[in-house]
Amino acid sequence: MFGYLVRRVLTMILTLVVVSALVFVIIQLPPGDYLTSYIDELQSQGEIVPAAKIEFLRSHYGLDRPLIEQYWIWVTGLIQGDLGYSFEFSLPVTDVVGDRLLLTMVLNFSTILFIYVVAFPIGVYSATHQYSWGDHGLTLIGFLGLATPNFLLALVLLYLANVWFGTSIGGLMAPEYLEQPWSIGKALSVLEHLWVPVVVIGTSGTAGMIRRLRANLLDELRKQYVVTGRAKGLPTGRLLLKYPLRMALNPFVADIGSLLPQVVSGSVIVSAVMSLPTTGPILLSALQSQDMYLAGSFLMFLALLTVMGIFLSDILLTALDPRIRLQGGVQR
Amino acid sequence: MSERLAHFVSEAPFDPLEVETLTAEQERFYMASQWRMMWWRLKRHRLAVIAGLALVLSYFSILITEVLAPYDLHTRNIDHIYAPPQLVHFFHEDRFVGPFVYGFDYTLNLEILKKEYVPNPAKVQRLRFFCRGDDYVFWGLIEGDRHLVCPAEGGTMFLLGTDRLGRDMASRLLYAGRISLTVGLFGIAISFLLGITFGGVAGFFGGWVDNVVQRMIEILRSLPELPLWMALSAALPVTWSPILVFFAITIILGLLDWPGLARAVRSKLLALREEDYCAAAQLLGARPSRVIARHLLPNFMSHLIASATLSIPSMILGETALSFLGLGLRPPVTSFGVLLTEAQNIEAVALYPWLMLPMLPVVVTVLGFNFLGDGLRDAADPYAEL
Repeated sequence: MFGYLVRRVLTMILTLVVVSALVFVIIQLPPGDYLTSYIDELQSQGEIVPAAKIEFLRSHYGLDRPLIEQYWIWVTGLIQGDLGYSFEFSLPVTDVVGDRLLLTMVLNFSTILFIYVVAFPIGVYSATHQYSWGDHGLTLIGFLGLATPNFLLALVLLYLANVWFGTSIGGLMAPEYLEQPWSIGKALSVLEHLWVPVVVIGTSGTAGMIRRLRANLLDELRKQYVVTGRAKGLPTGRLLLKYPLRMALNPFVADIGSLLPQVVSGSVIVSAVMSLPTTGPILLSALQSQDMYLAGSFLMFLALLTVMGIFLSDILLTALDPRIRLQGGVQR
Repeated sequence: MSERLAHFVSEAPFDPLEVETLTAEQERFYMASQWRMMWWRLKRHRLAVIAGLALVLSYFSILITEVLAPYDLHTRNIDHIYAPPQLVHFFHEDRFVGPFVYGFDYTLNLEILKKEYVPNPAKVQRLRFFCRGDDYVFWGLIEGDRHLVCPAEGGTMFLLGTDRLGRDMASRLLYAGRISLTVGLFGIAISFLLGITFGGVAGFFGGWVDNVVQRMIEILRSLPELPLWMALSAALPVTWSPILVFFAITIILGLLDWPGLARAVRSKLLALREEDYCAAAQLLGARPSRVIARHLLPNFMSHLIASATLSIPSMILGETALSFLGLGLRPPVTSFGVLLTEAQNIEAVALYPWLMLPMLPVVVTVLGFNFLGDGLRDAADPYAEL
């Protein structure tokens, strides 16, 4: 187990290195370096850029040095918590971000939780009551959930709330807490506002999860050991919980690998639509104004979030399922 | 004792079908090719057939958008800004007049500053068919002005309302379909090519090549797609023409989508390359590209097509999301996502809800591809028992 852990950590680090290189390439993609476009913009607005500031920025980020070195400076900065400098806000990225990273994590985590909590009972019901009206209805809803892009769902909800209640359901907390330090009241307010984006982001994931759980459980339910158990007179509930459900649970955990990138993607765009104080809207505006350092740091953060999540789920999976071989290597 | 039997040869002509003669019907069934069997299997999947038909219809419609759309993409009706959808009626005062719409009376509600249009029963505007309307250049080649249906002379026909510049939503939707639907096809073509190449190379050669490709797939799959798409399309130079941006966006969409396909190709190839016919082809001197493309890929082409069908929706949704956020396609190129940017202003949507209509074709197309893909996946292996 220990050897596996070490190997897994190493691959994770390798992944992150590759990802950071990728992100850096993206940062460099727009023609010219970002400082020139920044200065151009300021000058077009008739502002005079102090030469000292340009010099400072240029040397601080090593823009006069070769690419590899720039990358190195950026990465080492990242590791030390220096996320770079946002040109749009004229602030270090860390100051722009503030609570947003935390709230992003809360949002994504709650969505995953929501998906599991909702998908589990519905999936089990659908499988045990195959082809019943309930199953058909849930399947239909699931299909619709899969086909409706979450940002459109957010738009529809915003519209309905506006028409029916005359209020906006955007935001993640009551307005009076916006610039306040954290308190019990603020945390409660966040919880109160959290469910709308969680439902919106989680719908398609939930629908997919229900379909997979249903299929897996159906496969298990047809197997002989279930028939044997039933013939022996095991109570239905116990029979279901004790064997087939445990088998069907496996992909449930493994799926987090595909679920997490999906949820993170969804949360970015839904946050932008509903103007949630997470990384989504800032990432969007940073990309639009080509404030590439800010955007790059956010991208890196989102990637880190998913890679870490997948790592954790892998560890969890090996702990849960004794059949998984750690040594690797396919035996033919 | 034992007398040897005479050597017997039947005089009758040999007929292998003597034992069991096949009727024409049976022959058709037993001799059917794999693709024909897949078609039979697919036909049984009612929902998939309906979805397929709907998709064929919509793809056909984008071929003749210019004729179908009553207005041009950019025609502005400055007297009818934010006009609501007009219903098509057939009976006027219990008398059949054929398809017509009621003209509008316009007032500005000063209280909420809403433009209000009321259908006026006195203004009966009969629709014209195969009529002359806005000029267009069909596929940029042939000039014309014939439309399938037009409003009455001097009248209006906004079946789905108009937008903030008074442009007809129905026509704009039809034109947007042309872009949005092709984005999916272009994107999937690129992803298909990349997936088969990378998966094929990894599965066929194995070893360190396989390892490298596998790591690449893992890394790409563990990244959230949308933020990467956003970053890449934000990096496109602003000076590029909209058409160039369109192609760049499809390439970006395809660039991140191939890992799923590559994985499927790889795992199949790993098993198939051990088959005798593959070894035979190699011994005869076929190059790897030929062995892969000619002998190995056809084995599971149907599976690949099915899974490609299932991943077209994610392309269409990706384009819609990017354009919606303002990072994707830009006007004058119009896609569903570009149309939906109008719906970002929730106050406007609250007053003029038909701005959200471009959602419908998105959802319908995505559902259609999902159903069709499900059917194709079941049909992909026609020899399996149901």
